[in-house]
Amino acid sequence: MADELLTARGIDLTYGGNRLFGGPGLKVLHGVDVTIRRGETVGIVGESGSGKTTLGRALLRLVDVSAGEIRFDGQDITRARDGQMRPLRRRMQMIFQDPMASLNPRHSVRRILVEPILLHRLASNGREAEARVLKILDRFTLPRAVLDRNPHELSGGQRQRIGIARAALLEPDFVLADEIVSGLDVSTQAQVLNLLRDLSRDMGLAMAFISHDLSVIRAVCDRVYVMRLGKVVEEGRCEDVFAAPKSEFTRALLDAIPLPEIDPGWLARKSPLEEAAAAESLPP
Amino acid sequence: MTRSLLSIAGLSAVSDRDRGAPILRKVALALERGEVRGLVGESGAGKSTIAKALLGILPRTVRVTGGTIRFEGRDLLTAPAAVLRQIIGSEISLIPQDPQTALNPGRRIEAQLTDGLRLRRGMSAREAHARALTLLEEVHIREPDRVLRAYPHELSGGMRQRVLIASAFALEPKLVIADEPTTALDATVQKQILRLIRGMQKAHGTGVVFVTHDLGVVAQICDSVTLLYAGQVIEEGRTADVLASPQHPYTKALIAAGPRYDRPDAGLKPVPQAVFDQLRAEIGIT
Repeated sequence: MADELLTARGIDLTYGGNRLFGGPGLKVLHGVDVTIRRGETVGIVGESGSGKTTLGRALLRLVDVSAGEIRFDGQDITRARDGQMRPLRRRMQMIFQDPMASLNPRHSVRRILVEPILLHRLASNGREAEARVLKILDRFTLPRAVLDRNPHELSGGQRQRIGIARAALLEPDFVLADEIVSGLDVSTQAQVLNLLRDLSRDMGLAMAFISHDLSVIRAVCDRVYVMRLGKVVEEGRCEDVFAAPKSEFTRALLDAIPLPEIDPGWLARKSPLEEAAAAESLPP
Repeated sequence: MTRSLLSIAGLSAVSDRDRGAPILRKVALALERGEVRGLVGESGAGKSTIAKALLGILPRTVRVTGGTIRFEGRDLLTAPAAVLRQIIGSEISLIPQDPQTALNPGRRIEAQLTDGLRLRRGMSAREAHARALTLLEEVHIREPDRVLRAYPHELSGGMRQRVLIASAFALEPKLVIADEPTTALDATVQKQILRLIRGMQKAHGTGVVFVTHDLGVVAQICDSVTLLYAGQVIEEGRTADVLASPQHPYTKALIAAGPRYDRPDAGLKPVPQAVFDQLRAEIGIT
């Protein structure tokens, strides 16, 4: 279908493993199917160890899958070499969880934002590139003075907006956002999420939004994939999944979110999954 | 008049590293026996500083400039070291934030769980072992025998947090400081741990100061709540009252800022700049 931008079909992924001696490795994705259409924001949710981050990395070809097929804009990129991937790199960007770790601490914000534009030849000279940068700073309500600062001189919310700006400046078709608000305070979180929502709408951006937080997913995503132990256990439009989750696991995840209003029964209420687990025990 | 379990008054502190910038401004807080009080705020609000002051573990760069912390009437800030040693760890204990780093990776669970029982309560190895077994059963750990022989890396994050809760309650403290005890955990595990802390606290009649940034957690586990901003108390009261009819615009704005899965159209409203301006004017930050 023409409006499919990024698709994964039946992907398996095993970390480690030893081809020569047949070591088993650790299989973290089991036959995962994902479709991301143009302009659509897709949530990928799960707990730690569910494989959501690995899936995101596989979609960008940052890790190699052991089976299955990944297509970007009609092109099979499952085994594409670095050289074949390079022209696509500008079109698929990533925003990271921790901007402190993903922005070079020794570079000024100017350099962080201007350099990729020149590298991808989206502007013919530095002045033109900086004009683009200034435009996006205004849009992101960042003062122009940040250009001469280094990342550590900014607040957490400002840093994360720089991370988003860096991705947006390259005018990508697809952005992977991996837990990008989990380190932010709620007041800043709302600001960053609104910005991202407007941006994806205005640019017609397709986005995979990875998070452990279903409330955040509900706020920004059109569709959601719920992952558990390397498999997709539920998939659908947010309205449908949140109104009537089909999977026991999705229901358990929703039940586990404490809402900011008194609910006397919440603490005692156990999901069927929890009943089954009853108490934790050591692995044998 | 019955004496509060804990009563903090006029507590002020500055950071020496940050040119004497105030980090606590005349904080007042009272906690009754068996009460769970939430200490909420965004980063830099001073909630962890208060928790550290209660445990006598403020970093050297933080200087208390005034106020009192009365625990059963005794001021912890002026008490001699010998008295503090009697109180902290035994009558006041801690459930730490990160279960990965709070346990010594090189010692078995049994050794870590029985230290306090032997040193503080003078139990024999055998008595302490028996008590540790009961404690692990109390925090719903299966096969407590095996867990006692295990090293921390063999346990899941949730199990480690259970062990730390057992350890916090081991000496029957009157006050437990829970410093963001579920922030590092998955939501489903968080719920179990919250349930456990509430259950233990009720069974033992323990007062709890629960540090968190999550108003949802406050709603489900705290009897009362104190909201801080930049080291100052902005609002405090019974949780039900504060959440249902917040008085300060900042409290209202914080409640409206959090996304809600059940109401996609509500929530996600950034705290307006006017609210921050008002806060700064009230506090006197220029």
